Amino acid sequence: MKISNPVSFNRSTMTRMAPKIGQYIILTLLVIPFVYPFWWMMINSLNTPDQIFGMPRLLPVSWKWSNYTEAFAYQPFAKQFLNSLYIASLVTMGNLFISGLAGYAFAKMKFKGKNVLFLLLLSALMMPIEVTLIPNFFFMKSLSLIDTHIPLILIPIFGAQGAFTTFMTRQFFITIPDELEEAANLDGLTPFNTFVKIIVPISTPVFSATAILSFLYSWNSFLEPLVFNDNISLFTIPLALANFNDSYGLPQWHLQLAAATASVLPILIVYVIFQKKIINAMAFSGLKG
Amino acid sequence: MTGIHKKKVTPYIFIAPQMVGYLLFVLGPLIAVLVYSFQDRNLLTGINQFVGLQNFSKMFRHDPIFWKTIGNTITFSLGQVPLNILLSLAIAIMLSRQFRGVGFFRTLFFSPVVTSAVAWAIVWKFLLQGGEQGAVNALLGIIGIQGPNWLFEPGWAMFSVIINRVLKNLGMNVIIFLAAVMNLPQHYYEAARIDGAGRIRIFLQITVPLLMPTLLMVTIITVIGSLKVFDTILLLTAGGPSNSTMVLVYYIYYQAFQFFQYGYASAVALVLFVFVLVLTAIQWSTRKRISHYEN
Repeated sequence: MKISNPVSFNRSTMTRMAPKIGQYIILTLLVIPFVYPFWWMMINSLNTPDQIFGMPRLLPVSWKWSNYTEAFAYQPFAKQFLNSLYIASLVTMGNLFISGLAGYAFAKMKFKGKNVLFLLLLSALMMPIEVTLIPNFFFMKSLSLIDTHIPLILIPIFGAQGAFTTFMTRQFFITIPDELEEAANLDGLTPFNTFVKIIVPISTPVFSATAILSFLYSWNSFLEPLVFNDNISLFTIPLALANFNDSYGLPQWHLQLAAATASVLPILIVYVIFQKKIINAMAFSGLKG
Repeated sequence: MTGIHKKKVTPYIFIAPQMVGYLLFVLGPLIAVLVYSFQDRNLLTGINQFVGLQNFSKMFRHDPIFWKTIGNTITFSLGQVPLNILLSLAIAIMLSRQFRGVGFFRTLFFSPVVTSAVAWAIVWKFLLQGGEQGAVNALLGIIGIQGPNWLFEPGWAMFSVIINRVLKNLGMNVIIFLAAVMNLPQHYYEAARIDGAGRIRIFLQITVPLLMPTLLMVTIITVIGSLKVFDTILLLTAGGPSNSTMVLVYYIYYQAFQFFQYGYASAVALVLFVFVLVLTAIQWSTRKRISHYEN
């Protein structure tokens, strides 16, 4: 229905453009509180403590790069960074393997009690880890596992996060046609080898999505490390960030901001590169409830 | 014979690690927390004494902070959820149109979601400093408004943690709504346009009803999430001032790991469990009804 009327042409482009420009203005105003804190954090990670406060600046005043070296010297931040990295990696791998295997059995195999067991496992999805934290603390204590990383690795793999990965992988495996496995069976592959050699390679979409979720879950988790670890050299990044206080309990603001920037920036960069994958994975996780 | 035997066992071997882990770290602890709630557990003396309903009577009858905590948790949810849902739906609808830079905006709105709540709260703690110290008040000062001491005044502290949490998690709901809006069946819209329906009418009579299932689901997810808020509170206000931001999970943590009242904290944890259970039940029943409609 494009009837161009030369007289009203100017006017109609105006009315067509106006909402568009308005939309840009509204979105830009709305997005500021979501984005500006990151900019503020980066700028002030390069300032002295007294330059941090007052009227916000657009650029750092003193470009004090030594804040970063000081932050890494203040507590074993490099070690804490590695702690987070290896814990999140182990959680991710354990999650994919153990939950993937279970998800495969629930999707493709027939066995007694399947539905009951699956429902039981699904119930973990609605179980807040906060509810079971105290018994888990006593359990870990009785095994002398407090002040180790083992609770931070085991609980996400086997708890709600694991149940969620099982659910997610199951939903994907169900869509794989049975003929593939029948062929593998004829070739004499065991179920385990069928899973590893046939199923896993064609399931990268669901595995990469769950990997992202498990990694971010572990990387950002705060309450469990707080409860299970007291020793500063065992801290993960979120704990370390909360811990930039001097011996009098006064916060070391500039160092805290440098450490926060150093921890947030890698995640943001990875996010910008893989944003489509990450957003899709997170959107899916929102559906779990 | 062995082949058949093997086949029967295989699925159980596949699910065994996950199921055993579930028993050890989820179901077992859930039963344990129920047992603990009838005990006085003392880590120092190692005495775990059965005290009957003492924890519950303390909680419901003799602990004003518990009721304050429940009230605060509800305030936090009621404050957070409508703001989050309305704003994320509006942003999702704006971002569902095709225009230059739409992907850029999506990326930006979502970026706090991938960031740790700890880093997010730390930065906002600076921005919300009182006087002219914090950036927020400094900017308000330009237009002649003297901002409050956001995190240290009882009325404003709750407001501040609500806003902080909304900004942190909103991107998530934007993405869920966006997916739903983009998948709306287009033929309804074409029919409505042919009938000459206006934009507002189309929105209210087509978009909103079609989005209802998603809206319900997102609302419940957001409520459950808001019941579990912890790191934001710990870092911004530590439950203060004068317990005005003390919420359920923070209270559980405080009673158990600061005050060593493990039995009492377990009783409070059960309250959280019941809340989540009820909400999940509502979610499942609505989901059932919705899938019934779809069929």
